[in-house]
Amino acid sequence: MSETVLRAGAPARTVLVAEAEDPAVRLTHVSKWFDTAGGRQTVLDDIGLTVGRGEFVCVLGASGCGKSTLLNLVAGLDRPSTGTIDVPGERRPALMFQDHALFPWLTAGRNVELALRLRGVPRRDRPEEARRLLELVRLKDAYGKRVHELSGGMRQRVALARALAQEGDVLLMDEPFAALDAITRDVLHEELTRIWTENNLTVLFVTHNVREAVRLGQRVVLLSSRPGRIAREWAAADTPEAALTSLVTDALREEIRRHGRR
Amino acid sequence: MAAGETVAPRKVNETAAVEAGLDALDSAPAGPARTPVRQILRERVLPPVAAAVLVLLAWQVAYEAEVKPHYLLPSPADVWRALSDQWYEGTLFSTVWTSMQRGALGFAASVVIGTALGLLLGAVRWLRTGIGPVLSGLQSLPSVAWVPAAVVWFGLTDATIYAVVLLGAVPSITNGLLAGVDQVPPLYLRAGRVLGATGPARVRHVLLPAALPGYLAGLKQGWAFSWRSLMAAELIASSPELGLGLGQLLENARTYQDMALVLATIGEILVVGIAVDLLLFAPLERRVLRSRGLAGTRS
Ligand SMILES: Nc1ncnc2c1ncn2[C@@H]1O[C@H](COP(=O)(O)OP(=O)(O)OP(=O)(O)O)[C@@H](O)[C@H]1O
Ligand SMILES: [Mg+2]
Repeated sequence: MSETVLRAGAPARTVLVAEAEDPAVRLTHVSKWFDTAGGRQTVLDDIGLTVGRGEFVCVLGASGCGKSTLLNLVAGLDRPSTGTIDVPGERRPALMFQDHALFPWLTAGRNVELALRLRGVPRRDRPEEARRLLELVRLKDAYGKRVHELSGGMRQRVALARALAQEGDVLLMDEPFAALDAITRDVLHEELTRIWTENNLTVLFVTHNVREAVRLGQRVVLLSSRPGRIAREWAAADTPEAALTSLVTDALREEIRRHGRR
Repeated sequence: MAAGETVAPRKVNETAAVEAGLDALDSAPAGPARTPVRQILRERVLPPVAAAVLVLLAWQVAYEAEVKPHYLLPSPADVWRALSDQWYEGTLFSTVWTSMQRGALGFAASVVIGTALGLLLGAVRWLRTGIGPVLSGLQSLPSVAWVPAAVVWFGLTDATIYAVVLLGAVPSITNGLLAGVDQVPPLYLRAGRVLGATGPARVRHVLLPAALPGYLAGLKQGWAFSWRSLMAAELIASSPELGLGLGQLLENARTYQDMALVLATIGEILVVGIAVDLLLFAPLERRVLRSRGLAGTRS
């Protein structure tokens, strides 16, 4: 079995490959630091990452390594300290937050409709479209339910429906299933894969869960911690899932161990 | 890490089936049963009624014992008679109505001004640093203190009354809105931005609804302040040109030394204040909190 390291020592290739395709997101030399009371903290350091259109890329990293920071930058919620981020599409990226971030003053259906409305969908088309999206995440009965009446898994699915309603050129997902139990997560993985294939989405998915990354991603990108750098990258197609999982787990462990030695 | 996780069902149908099972487990059993009427009567209605009866009894005893001469401390029955006299003369309704109309109009104007001011201060930082403390200070200034100034500026007119009501209620409403906005979880604002809510859409679809609980509390307090300020203004700025409101009635009763009428009027003022709070704001607040899953199980 061959480990396909696209990035370990040779950064050029991925960039070339993805550039040849149609990039949906391109980060070049992106760094992000925060000036805190304890001095400057560099969270992301010289990140170069390209996500091709229609691709499913998983960014894997330990807790606190800067995954959310990375997605916030791509979503435009924050600016990089240096470097550039290109999101060439016309529509802003959609972002699914670590917590569902649904609006509690609206029903599930209305949450989705608000996204449609802000996208400019005419009023008369919204209810039908919202129902279609809820059906896509298999929640058509949740339309009139309040957020607090839904379980964690259902909330994440409504959040997914709301993110899909944006029809962004890229779907950014920030550990959306981290707080769920294993069975619910499995089910949602299946759903997400199905929705991704059926709808030609581009997904940039962030997680600290190796299995999740390997299972969902076409590419798995390993982010080191403090500062967050791209350490390695694997293409999922080249290696069977189980083998890749242990490979990536070893690499992640090695990354984490490095910090203990210092 | 993989040890605790299950292998996913392979087929889509199977996924759907598992999902249906999960949803069935997830969905809460149909809402809490309605509290029976008798329980509501026993727990919510009985205590205040009992308290009122006790107060009336103590009053009657004090009257019988002539703690004060009868013309100073009339009996509950005397006060009741004053009320029913008003009723038969047709002045009860018209007096209460005059005051309530003023209160409602003044409050509505306060809501418009207070809300606009709150949004403005929320958006412009230096304005807030400048005016914010003044507004908080104004909130603790009894608005009756404005009455002399208002009388000098506007004379004995409706303008005086409304000026005092506005000065009393606007700071509460503005501060309530600001507090509500400050307490909005940043996550909602970020979610709104991701969805593309900017400018007025951001205010309308994210900021205001998210700040609603604090805003409502401000409105409620604003009403209480409106009503208080109105009474103070009516009491002092009473003149025949102005329609007869509860405050003026109170002042008239005092000049006639009609203690029964004084007490009856105080009762009317109290009842209107409580009724608006109980019939308008309390249900509104309960509805908002409950729809967000914030209210307790008590209805
Ligand atoms: N606004 C900020 N100011 C200062 N430091 C920040 C700020 N935002 C994030 N950080 C720091 O950046 C680091 C990365 O945070 P981030 O939330 O991106 O991590 P993460 O990989 O998403 O973690 P998790 O897996 O726990 O969600 C953390 O050490 C955090 O303390
Ligand atoms: Mg995070």
